[in-house]
Amino acid sequence: MTQPRTFTDISRRGVIRGAATIGAAALILPASLRPAAAQPKPGGVFRVGIGHGSTTDGLDPGLWDNLYAQTFAAARHNQLIEVDANTQLAPELAERWETTDGTTWTFKIREGVTFHSGKTMTVDDVVASLNHHRGDDSTSAVKPFFEPVTDIKADGQNVVVTLNAANADFAYLMSDYHLPIMPSTDGKIDPTSNDGAGGYVVESYEPGVQATLTKNPNYWKSDRAHFDGIELLSIIDPAARLNALMTGAVDLIDQVDVATIELLKARGGNQILSISGNAHYVFPMDSRAAPFDDNNVRLALKYGLDRQEMVDKILGGHGSVANDNPIGPASRYFFTDLEAKSYDPDKAKFYLKEAGMETLDVTLTAADAAFTGAVDAAVLFSEKAAGAGINITVERAPNDGYWDNVWMKKPFCASYWGGRPVEDQMFTTAYSSGAAWNDSFWDHTRFNELLVEARAVVDEDKRREMYQEMQQIVSFEGSVVIPMYNNYVMALSDKVATPEKISANWNLDGFRCVERWWFA
Amino acid sequence: MAHVWRMIGQRLLFGLLTLFIISVVIFGATELLPGDLARELLGQSATPETLAALREQLGLNDPAPLRYWNWLTSALQGDFGVSMGNKRPIADLIAARLGNTLFLAAYAAAMAVPLSLLLGVLAALWRNSIFDRAVNAMALTSISFPEFFVAYILIVWLAQSGVFPSMVRFSASTTFGDRLYMSFLPALTLTLVVTAHMMRMTRAAIINLLASPYIEMARLKGISPWRIVVRHAVPNALAPIINVVALNLAYLITGVVVVEVVFVYPGLGQLMVDAVSNRDIAVVQAVALIFASAYVLLNLLADVLSTLSNPRLMHQR
Repeated sequence: MTQPRTFTDISRRGVIRGAATIGAAALILPASLRPAAAQPKPGGVFRVGIGHGSTTDGLDPGLWDNLYAQTFAAARHNQLIEVDANTQLAPELAERWETTDGTTWTFKIREGVTFHSGKTMTVDDVVASLNHHRGDDSTSAVKPFFEPVTDIKADGQNVVVTLNAANADFAYLMSDYHLPIMPSTDGKIDPTSNDGAGGYVVESYEPGVQATLTKNPNYWKSDRAHFDGIELLSIIDPAARLNALMTGAVDLIDQVDVATIELLKARGGNQILSISGNAHYVFPMDSRAAPFDDNNVRLALKYGLDRQEMVDKILGGHGSVANDNPIGPASRYFFTDLEAKSYDPDKAKFYLKEAGMETLDVTLTAADAAFTGAVDAAVLFSEKAAGAGINITVERAPNDGYWDNVWMKKPFCASYWGGRPVEDQMFTTAYSSGAAWNDSFWDHTRFNELLVEARAVVDEDKRREMYQEMQQIVSFEGSVVIPMYNNYVMALSDKVATPEKISANWNLDGFRCVERWWFA
Repeated sequence: MAHVWRMIGQRLLFGLLTLFIISVVIFGATELLPGDLARELLGQSATPETLAALREQLGLNDPAPLRYWNWLTSALQGDFGVSMGNKRPIADLIAARLGNTLFLAAYAAAMAVPLSLLLGVLAALWRNSIFDRAVNAMALTSISFPEFFVAYILIVWLAQSGVFPSMVRFSASTTFGDRLYMSFLPALTLTLVVTAHMMRMTRAAIINLLASPYIEMARLKGISPWRIVVRHAVPNALAPIINVVALNLAYLITGVVVVEVVFVYPGLGQLMVDAVSNRDIAVVQAVALIFASAYVLLNLLADVLSTLSNPRLMHQR
């Protein structure tokens, strides 16, 4: 087995080469961008059109759930730790962190940082910001990740976090976008305040419409936040977003409709960024119920779809084939040599026979709420599977209430994952036995053992081996069909310059485009 | 005149009753929708514990009639409460957007009403001429296309060439002139959508009257056609025209969400859609009541104006 390639080894050129070989334009950057990447320049007002945002958006970090809230947060807040362009942890408000046994974590908090209000950040603010996501009355979306935390306390300039079991990756949690450091009084943060320690100060915010921010003159980072101001606009309609970019009303848009990319390129004046990360689309099957309780049936389905066709038709080439592996190519321990599953009706028939069946009838429920093109993807799946004697009836569900009535309720449906920077987080969230979001209700003894064991292992090679075995198990014995990793596709004006490397951690350069990019 | 006042008083009372019934219906309808605000706010990342905690904080565990009663009593005292989603006062949330919506409706009406009345009168005057046919064909074409299509066509013609902006952005420093300029395309879209209805009604009402004996008499006396229409036909055609105009004005206030989305216009429609999809019932109620009030008041206005314009109703025996 050759040493698997981590994302950090891949230069942009390497990605382009790789993309060319699979026949997909995975990453398109005009040559003009490269020389400009050398010298960040201050100035200008950066206007971003984001395809999310709602009038019910709030300032409570525990409830942020869309790209608008995330990008707005990245502009005004800092966290203890950030994920850099190479998907590695980098110090932010924590100068450094250490653990000896994986259960007690010490974060050394940066001194001399002030919030926009002028208040100096203290260790107590950090403790309060983290405690906001713990406790019985916490409503935070990351509350489950704080379950293993038994204590958070201040110790001089350090914050000490104690866990009930060793976790070598715990520091990664501090980079989660739900965990900004906010000012506190009496051990509580004010979840209706927009005061933060980030690069931009909020001037006005109208939920679901726009936010304007100006540069924070006291920002502690000297090499970040190059723009004089930021304007974040919520533009839900894809055509309206495209028009806004073409007419120069905004400088950057996210979620470009892949069907329009060629036309946009032909028009000129714009660049397309297509970043492959860990985000992926899934079709979970309820492994507790027949017929999905038989792994042969699951394998038959996994060989019954044409993954490359889905990447081409649903993603317009802006993505890559996923081999039922939830760990993406941007991950440290991504298993490159995992045996690929191509469309193979004979193999599918073989596994059906193993399960004692001639034909299989299942219903796949989908709605575009799961991901853009989910219904089309389900139809493609159904068409190909028919060739293997599998009859998939596609049931279209309404977008409204999809997560309530379909996901984790119907035995076979469409869903997505935004991708997690850490293997453990992804596996624990959606594949460990009994996890709240284990959407296939899968329970695999060896996998569960490995997952707990690997958390405490510090030796790199040993961990890599363990995580690769887990990927192997999920791919061939798991109960989730994962056809593809979707790229983050953005379009920006030629005036905008980006660093040489764009983070694959989340969309919009890990939400940090606002402080990492500049005007050429 | 006294009976007109009495009618206004009666109709306002009935209007209040209508609003009350609508608030019950809206509340009941949102109760029937699957899921609740807590579920929508937490989305895919909800766990049973966080859901329970959030429901407790939002007061969603109370029985529905009690929640309705709580809302009604505070609404009657002029307190519409805070948005459950982000704790902002609903009055603030709605005030700016209501202003934007009324501005756009007034803008579109200021273009559409005179235009359609003029075209309607001219079409009636030159009935079956090339002009009549051309105006009819154009008006029917524009009303037959879906609104978003008309909007996209206007964007291709007028926005991509840089003449008008394709998206609307208001800030505190936006002047009235800027507002008119930025909102031109959405207002024009709405004008194209509502003109046909009003124009056709004007034309039909006047043509109907032109066949009556008193018009025949006027014509025999040698009065010019233009004077016949404006002085003798239009005053008698006012009642149906006023009703159609009122209906269209109500539509301009309540039915423009598609146009708002295409032009990123921050109006009430978008707020209503967001609030419904997030089950933020307090906001839904407030916006629904504003929409209902618009219909009630505009219909009342139409009835009052039709009464005033009809001597037979004004001087009843």
